[in-house]
Amino acid sequence: MVDLPRRTLIAGIAALGAGACARIAESETGRSLMRVAEEGHRALHRALAARQALVREYAPSERSPTFRGNGSVTVADPFYQDQLARGFPDWRLEVRGLVETPLALSLAALKALPQRRQITRHDCVEGWSAIGEWTGPQLSRLLDAARLKPEARFIVLRCADTLYGRPYYESIDLVDAYHPQTIIAHSLNGAPLPEQNGAPLRLRVERQLGYKHAKYLTAIEAVASLDAIGEGRGGFWEDVAGYQWYAGI
Amino acid sequence: MKKHALSTRLWHWINAGAIIVLFMSGLNISNAHPYLYWGDYGFAPGDAWLKVVKFPGWATIPGHYNLAAARDWHILAAWPFGLGLAFIWAAMLANRHFRRDLATRPSDWTPAALRASLQAHRAGGHAAGAGYNPVQKILYGLVLGVLLPLMLLTGLAISPGFEPVAPWLVDLLGGRQSARSLHFLTAWAIFGFFVIHILLALANGRLILEMVTGGRRAAA
Repeated sequence: MVDLPRRTLIAGIAALGAGACARIAESETGRSLMRVAEEGHRALHRALAARQALVREYAPSERSPTFRGNGSVTVADPFYQDQLARGFPDWRLEVRGLVETPLALSLAALKALPQRRQITRHDCVEGWSAIGEWTGPQLSRLLDAARLKPEARFIVLRCADTLYGRPYYESIDLVDAYHPQTIIAHSLNGAPLPEQNGAPLRLRVERQLGYKHAKYLTAIEAVASLDAIGEGRGGFWEDVAGYQWYAGI
Repeated sequence: MKKHALSTRLWHWINAGAIIVLFMSGLNISNAHPYLYWGDYGFAPGDAWLKVVKFPGWATIPGHYNLAAARDWHILAAWPFGLGLAFIWAAMLANRHFRRDLATRPSDWTPAALRASLQAHRAGGHAAGAGYNPVQKILYGLVLGVLLPLMLLTGLAISPGFEPVAPWLVDLLGGRQSARSLHFLTAWAIFGFFVIHILLALANGRLILEMVTGGRRAAA
């Protein structure tokens, strides 16, 4: 007997809650509250671990049998497809922006640098994980070779792939850019990167989720601010769908 | 003397709000990849130990699938939840709420004590001022001492940015995908407690009022 009003009451409260949540999330105050919470987690992670603290590295036997591709798994651009078919002989990775000496590096030049090999776990924002062995030079070596200008604060990764008609890009701060496990990988499990995993070059930034690990890299750009890049939120998914710029959570 | 200290009441309602937001945004996050695995990795549905149902919009925050927005809510509510848990433990130890009302004695764990608790409940609820019976002590202890801390620890363990702080935590929990599975299972255990808690509280509305006003503790 009392069931009906009670149920109506609960449904009413739920609807009220849902409406309130939507209003909060869409309000200016709500947005900034979310960003403060996100920044708080980043500050806490950075305060608790040393800046250079490493994520776990696994033994070869602990790798997943295959490595899932996600997001862009192919690049439509004819130049890319031609290069893919021929092993990327003319592919260049530019290092540009706020650097003293802009660079344009071939795959051979990147492979001639000291290499880091790491077996790490890749965690997608959706929840799944895969483990693979990545090889490539540390990003810090490229930045040092190009000599970063003191006003540079972020590193933007430019990519050859497009999603929903927009170019993919990502960005990280200098703490992550200079982290020892942040590398420009050209190999996965001892073989050149497959197309679905970002051939010929992808970023590995191991303390963050998968969407930060930009694939199909064309340029590394040092900037002082992210405001003028894309829509100013620091990355493709950040711009398109409001994903968190700090993807360490 | 108040039956419920101000610290208990404040935490109770803030934590209730945080847990509701965390649970409902968590169901939205679950919808992004509704498969659970054991071990360090897992991405193929064939390797999953559980295919989770897709949770409908009325059960999730926001009320439609939106992983980015659900994560915003989850990341926000994690603060009052985590800080609140640290606060209530400090308060419970400082004001002796834990030792006085929640800590169990070996005699509380005997089948006879548990039977007596349930019989007392069936006979019309606990006598005012009699304190918590053994079943209540064990359940509240389980929630405060095991389930809520496990929720926090498994949440930290599945955050790649937190991993370098305590890589041993991920290993202790059996790997990241195990930690994620435990995060999910513990959330539902807390939901189970929540349902029982609400039903028993609705059966005696005075209890809800007392968690607001503090009520009065009968003279011992």
